[in-house]
Amino acid sequence: MSDRVLHVENLTVDIPLATGILHAVDGVNLHVDRGETLCIVGESGCGKSLTSLALMDLLPTKATRKIKKLELGGESILGYSEREMSDVRGNKMGMIFQEPMTSLNPAFTIGNQMIETLRRHRNLSNDAASELAKRMLEKVGITAAGQRLGQYPHQLSGGLRQRVMIAMTLLCEPELIIADEPTTALDVTIQAQILLLLKELQSEFDMGLVLITHDLGVVARIATRVAVMYAGQIVEEGTAKQIFENPLHPYTRGLMRCIPVPGKTKRGTPLGSIPGMVPSLIGDFTGCRFADRCELAGDVCRQSDVPLRDPNGKTQAYRCIHSIEMLAKGGVA
Amino acid sequence: MAELMIDAKDVTRNFTISRGMFRGKQQLKAVNGVDLTVERGEVLALVGESGCGKTTLAKVLLGLLPQTSGTVELCGQPINDVPRLALARTIQPIFQDPYSSLNPRKTIGSIIALPMKVQGIADQDSMRRRVEETMDLVGLPPRLYDAFPNQLSGGQRQRVAIARALVNRPQIVVCDEPTSALDVSVQSQILNLLNDLRNELNLTYIIISHNLAVVEHIATRVAVMYLGRIVEIADTDTLFKDPQHPYTRALLDSVLTPDPNMGIPNNQLGASYPNPIDPPSGCSFHPRCVNAMPHCATVAPNGKADGGHYVECHLYDDAS
Repeated sequence: MSDRVLHVENLTVDIPLATGILHAVDGVNLHVDRGETLCIVGESGCGKSLTSLALMDLLPTKATRKIKKLELGGESILGYSEREMSDVRGNKMGMIFQEPMTSLNPAFTIGNQMIETLRRHRNLSNDAASELAKRMLEKVGITAAGQRLGQYPHQLSGGLRQRVMIAMTLLCEPELIIADEPTTALDVTIQAQILLLLKELQSEFDMGLVLITHDLGVVARIATRVAVMYAGQIVEEGTAKQIFENPLHPYTRGLMRCIPVPGKTKRGTPLGSIPGMVPSLIGDFTGCRFADRCELAGDVCRQSDVPLRDPNGKTQAYRCIHSIEMLAKGGVA
Repeated sequence: MAELMIDAKDVTRNFTISRGMFRGKQQLKAVNGVDLTVERGEVLALVGESGCGKTTLAKVLLGLLPQTSGTVELCGQPINDVPRLALARTIQPIFQDPYSSLNPRKTIGSIIALPMKVQGIADQDSMRRRVEETMDLVGLPPRLYDAFPNQLSGGQRQRVAIARALVNRPQIVVCDEPTSALDVSVQSQILNLLNDLRNELNLTYIIISHNLAVVEHIATRVAVMYLGRIVEIADTDTLFKDPQHPYTRALLDSVLTPDPNMGIPNNQLGASYPNPIDPPSGCSFHPRCVNAMPHCATVAPNGKADGGHYVECHLYDDAS
């Protein structure tokens, strides 16, 4: 069995609008190994959520997905029918969304919803399924699990609901979990607990994890590898250590300067910022998408598309025409 | 001695919760005996988990909710005696979500001018001049005067909300999670703006936030709230270097700084925040506390003040 759980080549998502075609995701390549956490980080509108939806084939109907290769556990799931995909989703591929209240059905008990998953994918009897559901709730740290099975989502706190979501995702022991902002709606204290839980369970079940977030603190603490997205493209990719200690792309460097860090950024002094706004992705776009906000940008940057490259073969690839030495010297306003 | 802008003593705010037809009503103590002072020029941060009463306390200070008991003095005057309009001239709010706090059918110009219209203090021309001045102050280009909120980005909308709060030049601004709906690069711009405005206009801020990195960056003093009470209050440096209350320590442990060499912290807090309708006996934090002692469950701790550092915990309570 291969170690590679997810392999994506050349993923493109287009959304036709009245004013033209919106190129929301443009040529994204991803891979995740067993036991690895890939964090996709970027600001709102950069295409990170659409990327995750595209992987699960859950895009809104008017969006079109073009993809060269999509393999889950070494098996291509590209030509799968809707029926076959729903066998994959929740079974081999688990999903956790941001707001647990909107992903749980308010009209059914927790137990009902967990048992439904098991009966759909595992063909278990009701009793066996509810026993397994109970064990899984205990695994994610929920006390009085038997009692919780009979409760409705609104009777649980936000942290508990997210634990239920995680338990539900783990029921069928997926090879890959895709988590889209799993802790954004939670308090910091609960966020730390949920992330710790996710990480422990990931190594216990030896799963691949794709975590989508905009919180660089979360990324630094949980990621094995990081992909930074900007305007539909991956602009930099590398290990967490590389990205945080030696960011290359001017956008990544700019982002790092924006975050206040206790003990590092001095109070009262201004934080870094990135001037300008994300360009419109409607219609064709040539050149570097960050050029208008980048102080290193020249005419060359706007002339042709910039490929993602890894000049030193150190697994840290970036999408900028400038050399590593030049980027290390020059800063971003 | 600096001028006291806000002086709250033993403020309590209850909400009456109906528990169904035959089970009667119950009191939820959202804010439970809070003492708080804010001096001119300070940036006081209120931190704590959701449901700890920080927003309710802010609403009481804004005069939007009357307190159930206790007194609040605003610039030396009891808040309940200050007329509504005068109150609005002194203290103004900025809310979390700039997408829902701006009327989508009004232009930016009229949104910012509304507080002036309410006060009835200016004619059309001077009103427009004042709005343009304020827009300039918060970094909004004048061409947006006739634009609508949906034409603006999140950062620009938050600037509009700030301009609206500042147009009558209040002395205190209450910011309820001013940056949590924004992206990091925009968040830094707004934080820089808030800082500049404070220096320029000599403002006093009360900032509610759950992002402790933001709090560390902008606040001068921090109050940690838990179940309606302030359990620790100190100036920012002291609180971040020498947190005393176990809850403050757990909160600070939970902050995820972007450092790839550190794993995910284990804050050792139990899963659930207690139900505020039925708060735990004694010290309300004891079910989640790693340092809990037997008498924590029965006796509420007395506060201990050491200079400006106040903490409410049996670990430091001499009497127990």
